[in-house]
Amino acid sequence: MKKYTNSGNKDTRSGFGAGLQELGQKNKNVVALCADLTGSLKMNAFADENPDRFFQVGIAEANMMGIAAGLTIGGKIPFTGTFANFSTGRVYDQIRQSIAYSGKNVKICASHAGLTLGEDGATHQILEDIGLMKMLPHMVVINPCDYNQTKAATIAIADYDGPVYLRFGRPSVANFTTADAKFEIGKADVLTDGTDVTIIATGHLVWEALQAAEALEAAGVSAEVIGMATIKPLDEKAILASAYKTGCVVTAEEHNRFGGLGESVAQTLVTKHPVPQEFVAVNDSFGESGTPAQLMEKYGLNAEAIVAAAQKVISRK
Amino acid sequence: MSQQDLQAVVSQVRRDIVRMVHAVNSGHPGGSLGCVEFLTTLYFDHMKHEPKGFKMDGIGEDLFFLSNGHISPVMYSILARAGYFDVSEMATFRKLNTRLQGHPTTHEGLEGIRIASGSLGQGMSVAIGAAEAKKLNGDDRLVYTLHGDGELQEGQVWEAAMYAAAKKIDNLISTVDVNAKQIDGSTDEVLAMGSIQAKFEAFGWHVISVAKGNDLASVKTALTEATNAAGKGQPVCILLHTEMGNGVDFMMGTHKWHGVAPNDDQLADALSQNPETLGDY
Repeated sequence: MKKYTNSGNKDTRSGFGAGLQELGQKNKNVVALCADLTGSLKMNAFADENPDRFFQVGIAEANMMGIAAGLTIGGKIPFTGTFANFSTGRVYDQIRQSIAYSGKNVKICASHAGLTLGEDGATHQILEDIGLMKMLPHMVVINPCDYNQTKAATIAIADYDGPVYLRFGRPSVANFTTADAKFEIGKADVLTDGTDVTIIATGHLVWEALQAAEALEAAGVSAEVIGMATIKPLDEKAILASAYKTGCVVTAEEHNRFGGLGESVAQTLVTKHPVPQEFVAVNDSFGESGTPAQLMEKYGLNAEAIVAAAQKVISRK
Repeated sequence: MSQQDLQAVVSQVRRDIVRMVHAVNSGHPGGSLGCVEFLTTLYFDHMKHEPKGFKMDGIGEDLFFLSNGHISPVMYSILARAGYFDVSEMATFRKLNTRLQGHPTTHEGLEGIRIASGSLGQGMSVAIGAAEAKKLNGDDRLVYTLHGDGELQEGQVWEAAMYAAAKKIDNLISTVDVNAKQIDGSTDEVLAMGSIQAKFEAFGWHVISVAKGNDLASVKTALTEATNAAGKGQPVCILLHTEMGNGVDFMMGTHKWHGVAPNDDQLADALSQNPETLGDY
């Protein structure tokens, strides 16, 4: 089985900041807006280098989404930055009408998604944002897995004409994808080849899935790990090709089991090739305060939980 | 355009509004009629804009955003009469597969519409973005908006108002249609807003109050004054005091025609008060 090396822990939000900085240098139409979280979103470099193209809107996310929509009319490519909760639930109608329905080329960039926000607790730990965004017609939804991939995805979405939701996080996590890999929207990454079970993971859970695959290999189980950074449009071909081979699927995500990646995968499987599926996801609850690692363990979102789900789904074949 | 020619447009636009709403027995005639003189003056006398070969980016043009999207009948009539699309398309208003949706939208490419509106309170933010883009593009044309007074109850309007003043968005002219009415009654009954002028001034806007918002000469004077006030470090607000239902006597002085269509007899009555000047669609 192919092994991956962590080149050193890094936060995905810094990948966003680095990608945005690079975009600022090479694409003069890229502009950025932030609702009083410039440091948290790692947008300082872009703001410092492009003061005329950076809009500090204050704590007014609804206004930020509208301004972003308006900027596209003059040919700009706006990247909005705030926490995932304030990027989605708080401004759902603004995104729905002024951005999605109006077909505006806005990149909604959301940090601190999921439980790994940690100690701030449930008010800030949104676990419903993937669902909210994927329900909007034509919205692209991307949840990259590490620093390198977040940086690459940030750069890639500037070349795509249409609304995008880019979701990333706060904690330092393993950085294991190739630094110069080009990000392709809607394309899954088959990270390991396997024959007994398919593990489809997104965001921070991709590294956990790789750890789980190693543990499963030690137990004599061959797991195929697929990194699914793009949740919409979903790479159905990759899912089905793997499901034909392994005959069962585990999905893993830092999100409510309702509305997330698992649900989208299930829709693909049930309509095209029904096989057993297990969901590693938050079981319809809010989060709470704690360290990221404590929370991921308590809510069953780590490698151990993926191993257990894999064993269970294999037994259901 | 001469006062006489503008008046001819006004009469025809009023006919278009009541005929569109009557044809599908739905839509919002009251607020539409109240804004006819303003939008006629803006589109036929004031703004620099290019109805033929509509371009979304509007670079080099003045832009207008309708924030209170429910007055779509007046918007569609103005756009069609200005030449954005054929007047015959008004016959499709609110019908299945139409580009003239109940509330304006961009998704079928209707010329003259740059943003969807309907859910209230969002237009000023969008206009600020368009105004910021104009500044970045070195484009010295202006951005106009229209809002209902009831719409000011939406919090996002004040987020936008605060931003526009703080960031000196002085290429923005936002007009509020102060007809003092909303669906459930008068604005004072539903949620009294106190002095709208004092609020905008406190937020840092240059405010122009127009007592006779249905008088073409008053509207023209106000728009000229607003344009002269632009570019001086402050956003500009026009408080346009209008009569809901203006030009159709039985629709005036009440909030009852906010979202109600006239029947056959009422349509005939309304049309008899507004002569056909440019040809019905």
